[in-house]
Amino acid sequence: MATSPRRTRGWLRETFHKAGSPRWFFAGSRAWMFGLYVFGGALVLVGSVWGLAFVPPDRLQGDSFRIMFVHVPAVHVAQSVYLAIAVAGLVFLVWRMKMADMFIAAAAPVGLALTAAALATGIIWGMPTWGTGWVWDARTVSTLVLLLLFFGLVALRQAIARSERAALAVSLLAVVGVVNLPIIKYSVEWFTTLHQPPSIRLGQRPAIASVFLWPLGLNALGYYCLAGAAVIAALRTRIVEREAGADWVRQWLAGAARAKAP
Amino acid sequence: MNAVRKQRLVVVVFVLAGAAATLAFAMLALRENVNLFYEPAKVASGEAPVGERIRAGGMVRAGSVVHDDTGLGVRFVVTDHRGHDFEVRFAGILPGLFGEGQGVLATGVLAADGVFRADEIVAKHDENYMPPELEGILPATH
Repeated sequence: MATSPRRTRGWLRETFHKAGSPRWFFAGSRAWMFGLYVFGGALVLVGSVWGLAFVPPDRLQGDSFRIMFVHVPAVHVAQSVYLAIAVAGLVFLVWRMKMADMFIAAAAPVGLALTAAALATGIIWGMPTWGTGWVWDARTVSTLVLLLLFFGLVALRQAIARSERAALAVSLLAVVGVVNLPIIKYSVEWFTTLHQPPSIRLGQRPAIASVFLWPLGLNALGYYCLAGAAVIAALRTRIVEREAGADWVRQWLAGAARAKAP
Repeated sequence: MNAVRKQRLVVVVFVLAGAAATLAFAMLALRENVNLFYEPAKVASGEAPVGERIRAGGMVRAGSVVHDDTGLGVRFVVTDHRGHDFEVRFAGILPGLFGEGQGVLATGVLAADGVFRADEIVAKHDENYMPPELEGILPATH
């Protein structure tokens, strides 16, 4: 039986309302968190060992290209995290959903870490291949801006004492900062840069040999899972902190304490 | 969606559109400054300033690399494979990926005679990755 548009809308609305409930999220997210940690960890383990030890070297760069298996997934997932944060910012600005704000607070440090890893691996990669660790080209600078945006999202919240005010400011920064994402993506096409153009484009044959694509894909998926698990874990902590006075949190804490007792 | 939320949504969309437009105009205006280097066509046409420290880059023409007797001095031709090229002279250590047919980026001074005297050379590698045994079998993207 085909679902009617009305029913689909009803389901969407229900999910949206449920996602806004900290209690519902807290109850259902524990299994997801563990599952994503285990699944993502396994993927990254397999992808990394495969990429670092088993695929052949690149025809020009030799073994130094293997850092790609960290660099590319890190920078890709970092940008996806930012996009998710920007959507959450929009949701908070329009619906004032506190879960959206808590999501931004939980996800920003994860994005910060991924972007820092991407920049660090890029510098390490550049030294033997380009012959320089850093140039101020459009790609590196826009990625540095992404790092500063994540840093700003973390710092701005701590700089404003009233949490409602802080949430509004952070959400606005998150939404406006999304203009940086197309700049990162197209920086290597619009401007002359030292960074090379993308190897994987939608609707085109990848410029990466398929033997390299497998571990790269595994790592990318694994990074997504691990980032998701880390965000869920941070979000759960935020929920317990924020709802500390609520009955369900007290009951959960009491239950957790009983389980720990000998 | 109730009226208050609709209004908030409109405000957010306008703020975002304003930010995007501002940035787009700024980038359009600063385009030449955002570009990292002068391409061979700009060097050949005289758009690149003479006597100033600039960056210029392109592809190293195959067969053009000549090392001098000291072993550190080198000259080669940088081309865009579209009929524009210029000569680069450099004395120093070349990056590992430097080679004929590969991308290169030189920092230095363009002389009035059209020769680019570089004091720093970095390699610009392309987006193709493949194992050595597949070279020539897989078509490169350009």
